[in-house]
Amino acid sequence: MTDASQPILRINALTKRFDDFTALHGVDLNVAEGEFLAIVGPSGSGKTTLIRILVGMDELSDGAVWLRNTRIDVVPANKRPTCMVFQSLALFPHRTVGQNIEFPLKLRKVPPAERKARALELLDTLRLPRDYYDKRIQQCSGGEKQRVALARALAFDPEILFFDEPLSALDYRLRKTLEKELKDLHRRTGKTFIYITHSLEEAMVMSDRIAIMKAGRFEQIAPAEEIYARPVSKFVAEFMGEVNFFDLRNGQAEGLLMTPETAAALAGRSGTLTIRPESLRTLPEGQAADLTFEGEIVAEYLLGSRMQYRMMLATGQEMIVEVLRENGVAGGIGAALRVGCDLSAAHLIEEARDAAA
Amino acid sequence: MQRRDARLGLLYSAPLSLFLLLTFLAPILLVAAFSTMPEKVFNLSQAPDFSAYRTVLAQGYWKSVAWSLFMALAATLILLVVCWPLAYGMAKVFKRFTLVLTIGVVMTLFVSENIRLFGWVLTLMKGGLIEGYWRHWTGTGFDAPLYNGPIIVFGLVYVYLPFMLFPLAQGISMVPDDARQAAYDLGATRWQILREIDLPLAMPGIMVGSLLTFVLAAGAMAESKLLGGRAIITIADEVQTAFTYGQNWPLGAALAMVLIAIIGTVAIWAISKADLDKMMGGKS
Ligand SMILES: Nc1ncnc2c1ncn2[C@@H]1O[C@H](COP(=O)(O)OP(=O)(O)OP(=O)(O)O)[C@@H](O)[C@H]1O
Ligand SMILES: [Mg+2]
Repeated sequence: MTDASQPILRINALTKRFDDFTALHGVDLNVAEGEFLAIVGPSGSGKTTLIRILVGMDELSDGAVWLRNTRIDVVPANKRPTCMVFQSLALFPHRTVGQNIEFPLKLRKVPPAERKARALELLDTLRLPRDYYDKRIQQCSGGEKQRVALARALAFDPEILFFDEPLSALDYRLRKTLEKELKDLHRRTGKTFIYITHSLEEAMVMSDRIAIMKAGRFEQIAPAEEIYARPVSKFVAEFMGEVNFFDLRNGQAEGLLMTPETAAALAGRSGTLTIRPESLRTLPEGQAADLTFEGEIVAEYLLGSRMQYRMMLATGQEMIVEVLRENGVAGGIGAALRVGCDLSAAHLIEEARDAAA
Repeated sequence: MQRRDARLGLLYSAPLSLFLLLTFLAPILLVAAFSTMPEKVFNLSQAPDFSAYRTVLAQGYWKSVAWSLFMALAATLILLVVCWPLAYGMAKVFKRFTLVLTIGVVMTLFVSENIRLFGWVLTLMKGGLIEGYWRHWTGTGFDAPLYNGPIIVFGLVYVYLPFMLFPLAQGISMVPDDARQAAYDLGATRWQILREIDLPLAMPGIMVGSLLTFVLAAGAMAESKLLGGRAIITIADEVQTAFTYGQNWPLGAALAMVLIAIIGTVAIWAISKADLDKMMGGKS
C-alpha cells in the first residue's frame, strides 16, 4: 500500500513570517518513509519554528505540507498523525509514569486493561522497570523522564515522530547512551524520525541524512559523509568541523604549491578550496603532493592520538593541520612544516554556488 | 544542624504566632465561652447551661444556616464558571490588559461593599436608573428585580468576584504551557485538555478561590439586607440581630459557633482533600 519510493512527508515552499520578521523562507523538503533525518543549525535558524509548524502547533504563512497524499498543514495538531517530543519533555506532573504513557490511549477511549498492557510493553521497550508504572514523574531522573516522554510519544503511534533537542539538557554520558538507544529504537520501530539538534556529533551518530539550516533556509540536505566531504558552502564546511579555506582565482591561489597535473585540473576555475585538517599529511623535504603547503608552526595541541598544528604560511594565512602523533614533526613551535594532500581530498566550492547562499 | 534550624524557625515565627493567637483565637474563645452562658446575660460569671444552643435548635435558625450555605455554594459555583475564562485570559492570553483588569478589579475594593451594593439598588429599583428610564421612554414600567433570592446570589457573585478571580488566575498561570501543547499534540480536544490538564493543574488556585468565596459568602449579610430586602435572612444577619436588637449575647454567640463549626469543617475537609502540596507537584 505504501510505496517505498514515495516520500512520507513533503514540504513545499513553506514560509513563516512573524510580523515583519521572516523565520522560514520557502523551505522545501522530502522525507522518506522510515528515514532518520536530523536538522541542525545555529541558534535562531528556524528549526523549532519549522517543527512546530509540521506538528501543527503553529500555522504557516505560505506553502504546503503533505503527509503521503494528505495535505496536513490545514489539519489541527490534535488531528494530525504526528507527535513531538519537546525539549522540556512536557510530561504531565500530576500523573504517574503509567498515566503519562497511557494518555494518548485514554484520549482514544482504549479500555483500561488494554491501556495498561500497552504501557507496560512500552516500559519494556524503553528499558524501564515495569514497577515504574506507578511512580510519580517527580521521582524520575532526567534520563528516565526522557524515556517516559518517548514511551508516551510511541503510545500515540505516530506516523512521524518529531524531536526538538530532547537530549540537550542531559549530561554527556547519558546523552551518549540515549543517542544509541534512540537510534536502536528507530531501527526497531521502523518509524520516521525527524530530529532537531544543535550537536552535529549527535546528528552524525544517529541520522540517515542531515539537513543543515541557516537563517530560515536549508543550506544542504544529504548524508553526513557527503556533507562532510562535499559541502555546498563555506557555512556548511565550517559547520561540519574545522576546515581550511583557500581562495581560488582562475586556477591560482596564494600560498598553494601545485603539481603541473593539479594546475591543469584547476585551470580557469574559481571558488573556495576547502581542505580538512585531517586530510593533510606531513611531507619530507623534496617530496611534493598534489597540493603542498609550506610554513612555520605557531602552535601545537595534543588531541589524544593525534597532533594538531597551527601553521603560518608565507602569505600570512594560518592553516590547521591534523596528523597522527607518530607522523608529527619534532622541533615544536617555530619549526618549519611541509604538508600536503591529494587533489581528491580537497573540495572546491564553485564561486556561483557560494555567492548564491 | 537541622534541629537548630527548626528551633530558629520557631523563634522567628514566635512573635507573629503569638499575635495571631491573640487576635484570632482569643475572640473565638470569648464567643465560645459566651455561647455556653444562660440567655440574656452580659457576663461570663454564670454557670454554663447551654440553653442558647437549645434555642438555636428550637427556633428554626437552621433555615438561615441552610440558606446562607446554599447561597454561598451557588455563588461559588457561578463564580467558578464566570471567572474561569477571565482568569484564563489574565494568566495566558492578555498581556498588558491583565494589568488594566487587575487594577480595575482592585479599585472596586476601594469603595465600601455597602456603597457599591446600594449603587445596584439605585440602578435596579422601581423608578431607579433602569426602570425609570424605561418607563420614561416607553410609558410602561415593570417590577424591580430586587428583593428575592437570585438577586442576593447576584450580589454575592458581584462582591466576591475578586476573591475568586485572582486565586484562579494564579492557579491557571501555574499550568505549564508545554503540558497543554503536548496534550493537544497527542490528540486531546479542548474539553479533554480542560479536564485532564487545566483543571487538575490549576486545582490549588481553584481550591483557594472557592474556599475564600464560600467562606466569605456564607458569612455575608449586606447583600441580603440591601439587594434582598431581607427576603432571605442570612445567618450572619441573625447573629448580628441577636447581639444588637435581641440583646441576647449567648444566643448570638451560639449561632456564631454553629457557623464557625460548619465552615471550619468544610474548609478543613476541602484542604485535606485537596492536598495542596501534592497538586503543586511537590515532594510527597
Ligand atoms: N513567536 C515568535 N515571534 C517572533 N519571532 C519568533 C517567534 N518564534 C520564533 N521567532 C524567531 O524566529 C527565529 C527562529 O526561531 P527558532 O526558535 O525556530 O530557532 P531555533 O533554530 O529553534 O533556535 P534554537 O537552536 O536556539 O532553539 C528566531 O530569530 C526567533 O527570534
Ligand atoms: Mg529551538
